[in-house]
Amino acid sequence: MLAGLAFISPWFIGFLVFTAGPMIASLGLAFTEYDVLNPPKFVGLQNFQRLLTDPRLGLSLGNSIFYTVLHVPLVMMVALGLALLLNRVGKAAGFFRTAFYLPSITPAVAVGALWLWILNPRIGLINRSLALLGIVGPGWTTDPNWIKPGIVLMSLWSVGSTVILYLAALRNVPPELYEAARIDGANGWQQFRHITAPMISGTIFFTLVVNTIASLQIFTEVYTMYFGNMNSGAAASAGLFYNIYLFRQAFEFLRMGYASAMAWLLFVIIMILTVIQLRTSNRWVYYEGA
Amino acid sequence: MAASTPEALADIRRQQAQRLRQAAIRRLLARIIFIALLIGCTIMFMAPFVWLISASLKVRAEVFNNELIPDPIAWENYVNVWQAAPVLSWLKNSVVVGFLAAATVTVSCAAIAFGFSYFRFPGRDTLFGLVLATMMLPGAVTMVPVFLVWNGLGLVNTQVPLWAGNLFGSAFYIFMIRQFYLSLPRELFEAARVDGANYLQIWRHIALPLTRTALIVVFIFEFKASWTDLIKPLIYLYNTALFTLPRGLKAILDQFGQGGEMQWEIVLAASVIVTIPMILIFFLGQRYFMEGIATSGLKG
Repeated sequence: MLAGLAFISPWFIGFLVFTAGPMIASLGLAFTEYDVLNPPKFVGLQNFQRLLTDPRLGLSLGNSIFYTVLHVPLVMMVALGLALLLNRVGKAAGFFRTAFYLPSITPAVAVGALWLWILNPRIGLINRSLALLGIVGPGWTTDPNWIKPGIVLMSLWSVGSTVILYLAALRNVPPELYEAARIDGANGWQQFRHITAPMISGTIFFTLVVNTIASLQIFTEVYTMYFGNMNSGAAASAGLFYNIYLFRQAFEFLRMGYASAMAWLLFVIIMILTVIQLRTSNRWVYYEGA
Repeated sequence: MAASTPEALADIRRQQAQRLRQAAIRRLLARIIFIALLIGCTIMFMAPFVWLISASLKVRAEVFNNELIPDPIAWENYVNVWQAAPVLSWLKNSVVVGFLAAATVTVSCAAIAFGFSYFRFPGRDTLFGLVLATMMLPGAVTMVPVFLVWNGLGLVNTQVPLWAGNLFGSAFYIFMIRQFYLSLPRELFEAARVDGANYLQIWRHIALPLTRTALIVVFIFEFKASWTDLIKPLIYLYNTALFTLPRGLKAILDQFGQGGEMQWEIVLAASVIVTIPMILIFFLGQRYFMEGIATSGLKG
């Protein structure tokens, strides 16, 4: 028994020093004004009142939610489509799998730099391809209405790991089920609706939760693309995502207290969303064992 | 009846043959659409890479033309990146930090997972529930106080905070390795106990070798996570000489993008330099990448 505790002790120490302790500290800091250089000053609920009245906070939260609402369903649909394609390829699947997966291991900074160029309204790959079709493309990086759709487009390029996940789930569906359905005369859509979808619903649910949590916290790509332009211009409003604003408050303006209050607001939002997703999931997620 | 006449029989056969032909045409059409879709998607996913490499080898005036093969080939873009920034020491930093981060997390998670799977002690399942709960915590909540911890230890502006936290394990990997340990037959361990092995020996000589694949998966995924991370270097590193490659690329972007026009040929060449090592690592560990995602649902 003592040996067991010894084995888990690194985790327990880390949990105290890097998780539980910081959580309590962060909650405490949320009630203070703290710039690292001077000792924290207790200010009561001031930071939380500021959360309610700060227009930039509302803006950044709105941007992150807008992005999440657009990004999560799109990523899941595109990934499922690609996985269904790959599942029918057979022997050459390895090659195509690699092609779809490579973008998702490309470092996020490089993805940001590359897409800043691909999305460039004048010279970028996308608008010049559109021009070949006679379409005048939008200002992906300059028009406030198109900056977030541009970032969503970029995020779709990195859909690869979700594709692999769906592919693994598809491969686990017992082929006998499809055979039986075909004998009963089910067409392709009916097979998808009544066999594939329920059998992979566990994986679909997992990606829904994970993608929602991750996309509310998007940081690196957007930071790479727009951080130099955060003080003025279109990116200052449309490219200000929640974690970027939080990062600025903490490490640029040294408002550690306000940043901590922001972090807790995000935590509460993520908790609520995850609980809602968990609660509604038992209506549509099918577990084989259950 | 009419159906029994030879003419009627021939008619039915003709109709049958026609139906078969139509089905064959439909199958062929479906096949063509399928292949076209597949190839179209592949081109869309690969095009940015091809354009990246192509444009990174063009002279500035040509960066935006439509040629796929640059003419002339501007190797000097890479030389310019090399001269403008200490790329080689950034590469070295990334390798060192990535190796330390991956090695520490693999060893510590393997030990912790062994503690959570082999032993039975009161409160074990509650504690393991806590491990899982920490996976839900957004990084932002602990970011500021953790920074203050490292700041208090005087380790800000060193590379230590980029990997040393991994000495204490990481929830996702603990969970993953534990699943592997739980699948091992308990008799193996008991037999070693009877032979007089202590717990450390059982872990080291039985559990670790049998879960080699899982450990490699953890190592590769953490190496990749460290290699691509920007946030930690951004928070903890101020000296250019200490930068990792992603932090360096961000610095290059700032340097060659400020005050008007971006010098794309430099930025894109630097992006290639940051991307290529990761792609090499992928091809070396391809099997483990795929296994890792499939078995754990880990985000790549």
